[in-house]
Amino acid sequence: MKPAVTRGRRWRVVVFVLAGIYFLVPLLSAAEFSLRIPGSGYGFANYLAIATDPELLSSLLVSLQIAIFTAVVTLVLVVPTAVWVRLRFPSIAGLLESATILPIVVPPVVMAAGIAFVQANLGGPVFRALFASSVTALTPFYVVLALPFAYRAVDNGLAAIPLRTLVEAARNLGAGMPSTLLRVVLPAIRTAVLGAAFLTLALVLGEIVIARILLYTDTFPVAVVEVGRSAAGVSVALSLASLLLAWVLLLAVSFAGGARKRSSA
Amino acid sequence: MTDVTEAVDESPAATARGVAVEFRGVRRSYGETHALDGLDLTLREGELLALLGPSGCGKTTALRLLAGFDTPTSGQILIGGKDVTAVPAAKRDTGMVFQAYSLFPTMTAAENVAFGPRMRKVGAAERTRRAAELLELVGLGDRGGSYPHQLSGGQQQRVALARALAISPSVLLLDEPLSALDALVRVQLRDEIRRLQLAEGITTLFVTHDQSEALAVADRVAVLNKGRLEQVDTPQEVYQRPSTPFVAEFVGVMNEVPVEIEDGRTRIVVPEPAEGAYTSKLTMQVRPESLLVGAPDGFPGTVLTSTFLGAVTRLVVTTEVGELTVDAVTRPGLPGIGDQTTVSVDNS
Amino acid sequence: MTSLLDAPAAPPEDARPVRAARSWTAVLGLVPFLGYMLLFLGGPLYFVISGALSTPEGLPTFDNVIASITQPQFQAAFGSSVMISALTAVIGAVFGAFLAQAVITSAPESPLRRIVSTASGVLAYFGGVPLAFAFIAALGQTGLATAVLRGVGVDLYATGFRIDSLTGLALTYIYFQIPLMVILITPALEGLQPQWREAAENLGASSWAYWRHVALPALLPALGGATLVLFGNAFAAYATALALTSGSIPLVPTAIASALSGNVIANQQNVGLALGFDMVIVIAIVMVGYLWLQRRASRWAPR
Repeated sequence: MKPAVTRGRRWRVVVFVLAGIYFLVPLLSAAEFSLRIPGSGYGFANYLAIATDPELLSSLLVSLQIAIFTAVVTLVLVVPTAVWVRLRFPSIAGLLESATILPIVVPPVVMAAGIAFVQANLGGPVFRALFASSVTALTPFYVVLALPFAYRAVDNGLAAIPLRTLVEAARNLGAGMPSTLLRVVLPAIRTAVLGAAFLTLALVLGEIVIARILLYTDTFPVAVVEVGRSAAGVSVALSLASLLLAWVLLLAVSFAGGARKRSSA
Repeated sequence: MTDVTEAVDESPAATARGVAVEFRGVRRSYGETHALDGLDLTLREGELLALLGPSGCGKTTALRLLAGFDTPTSGQILIGGKDVTAVPAAKRDTGMVFQAYSLFPTMTAAENVAFGPRMRKVGAAERTRRAAELLELVGLGDRGGSYPHQLSGGQQQRVALARALAISPSVLLLDEPLSALDALVRVQLRDEIRRLQLAEGITTLFVTHDQSEALAVADRVAVLNKGRLEQVDTPQEVYQRPSTPFVAEFVGVMNEVPVEIEDGRTRIVVPEPAEGAYTSKLTMQVRPESLLVGAPDGFPGTVLTSTFLGAVTRLVVTTEVGELTVDAVTRPGLPGIGDQTTVSVDNS
Repeated sequence: MTSLLDAPAAPPEDARPVRAARSWTAVLGLVPFLGYMLLFLGGPLYFVISGALSTPEGLPTFDNVIASITQPQFQAAFGSSVMISALTAVIGAVFGAFLAQAVITSAPESPLRRIVSTASGVLAYFGGVPLAFAFIAALGQTGLATAVLRGVGVDLYATGFRIDSLTGLALTYIYFQIPLMVILITPALEGLQPQWREAAENLGASSWAYWRHVALPALLPALGGATLVLFGNAFAAYATALALTSGSIPLVPTAIASALSGNVIANQQNVGLALGFDMVIVIAIVMVGYLWLQRRASRWAPR
């Protein structure tokens, strides 16, 4: 009935307005702050610092490396497992999802404490190789942090395709399991996979706890915080930029996926 | 409404029934498209009217308008002579059975059935009794404590039916309630719905796209196409005397056969300019079961397909006048695929 | 988690889940994933627990754990950590659920959906530093929002508000709690079948009665489970607090970090690990609650 419809719209408008204020005000404030130039109005100087500060630039490269490795390892772990669970173990899907919650609730600082203990007290070639650089030391643990949402994103993608039919058809045509995954399943869920990869990027560009406690201070987020001690504007500008970058990438993937669905429908 | 059984009319008069539901010029438009384009339809008290049509014909729209889930763009809807067009769904006093998955998952079967009476402030003891009675009625007296996911699809729909009946609605609305079920369960439940409907004497609107379902259970069938009514009549009339080509096509298979009638006998002929004064040539619509195969004086053709349907076998025969579909009583000696045979109109 | 948070999906028609044949080769398929979790999540946890229960020389002891729960500064840290986590979990859960429902019930093709869902992903996981900066820029002493509010006659700081107080921290935490709630609860909200609402309405239920008797009972396990995850999420959060307050508010992660970095007192490292051990216990309790909710749901949810 009409009154019910308008009532429904009204509460939605209230929710959206409140959410809009709450979520946009801090972002806009940060944007305004990052555009300030001391003594001379507004400009992009803080954003351009990335190009002129060699330390920031190299830290960005380190973090991008970590992001790529983390995304690859995460997907290699998650995609086959999620496919396997859907095909062979539907009964333990709930259990596995519960397991992937653990990294959300286990504090990174606790993980870092355990890793720091290993770093300080255990020797041997394996550990020396592991702790040799920030890329080798941080990537394995960032993968753990990335698992919950990567699993969720990939599993949602799998839920939307006729997985069993696709796999059986491919197997029936003589494809082995690896090439079935690579050539049939992966393209079908590429939106979800890209989404998971960009969420991983967001995570790596935001994580400072483990990196700081393990004293790997050459990653981008740590460098951004450090630069904030002398130039707060640069710090805010760069963290805002990395947030927006991750979001724009995700949004692009989302719209590309939506457009594909519509055009094939 | 403490005594919910009170409203149920135990012995509906077969003739001269009053009007239970009336659609008056009901139109529902979504932008430029008219889901329902001026529907005028009357349900008599105690009758089961099947609203039949292909998907997108507007039948579900009509049902949802009657239930109050949607508002007509124009026109009026009356229940029991009262205009309910502006009455919200919760106050319409209609009982609805959905396609599937409509049971509340956190409630047992009995709690589901008792929900309507509960919303009407019926006491706990009374509504428990009522739920047990209705579950018994739909043959699930022993499953009152089961949760929906513990019931089969057919059982779930029985519970949904009991739940709809529990509020003693003035109209029962069935929205393709059988479409999600297996063939066997479908027929069983179909017959049971009819049995219950007759026993309770409740006015029912049964929406379906399945013509055999509609013909089997309905007192009257209303055929809907593109938001407009094509025909409203008894199943027999709709089947045997379709009033429009659409109805003929949609309700069962219909052959278009050019014939001539001579000495009271109908013969299939190749349409040619008329010669004799005593023959009349025309196109006739003939049901598959009214055609015969293998008669010595029939029209020649070749069997294209042969489908065994149990008691009858459906043959598609290519002839000079096109493909003809024939339902023949299954018997030894029927022509097989590729065989030469003849087709003729059953004159008896 | 699907089974809980996506819970109120309708049962598949007549489809009792066919139990897949479990051969050992099938189990092998899970080894890489579970093995990885065991090694890189279980490994650190093992060293936290074993370090918490031993002296710096490696001898077994309960002293660290006892110190971690009896020393007043640690008790204060636990107090404020639990309080801020519980508070922001509940507030985040309520507002997140409303926001998710508002998004779901808006037009399906509108870009709003994509914007909210992708932004949720970024904000829920990006967390930490940029968030703290943004809130300082908005509500700090010289922040934009503070200035605007002062302009219209509301002086936040005159009321005693500080961005690096517990209130300010909670306000900031909610910023990542709401998006996480949206992510967690959306599948469950989408699992509410439209015909449940229509059936309830048809049977005479008001909108309120539908939510009270049909939708909320169906959502309860998912809502409870998600709220617990939010609690764990806030309890684990450290980067935001670090960037916002520079460690001025006692929180368990802050205490752990300073115990790990400061080697002033001999067994401070192990006390830090003991604090980590305490956190793991709290998290374990949260997870048990989560699994208990899942079991409760299984009374009526198909398995």
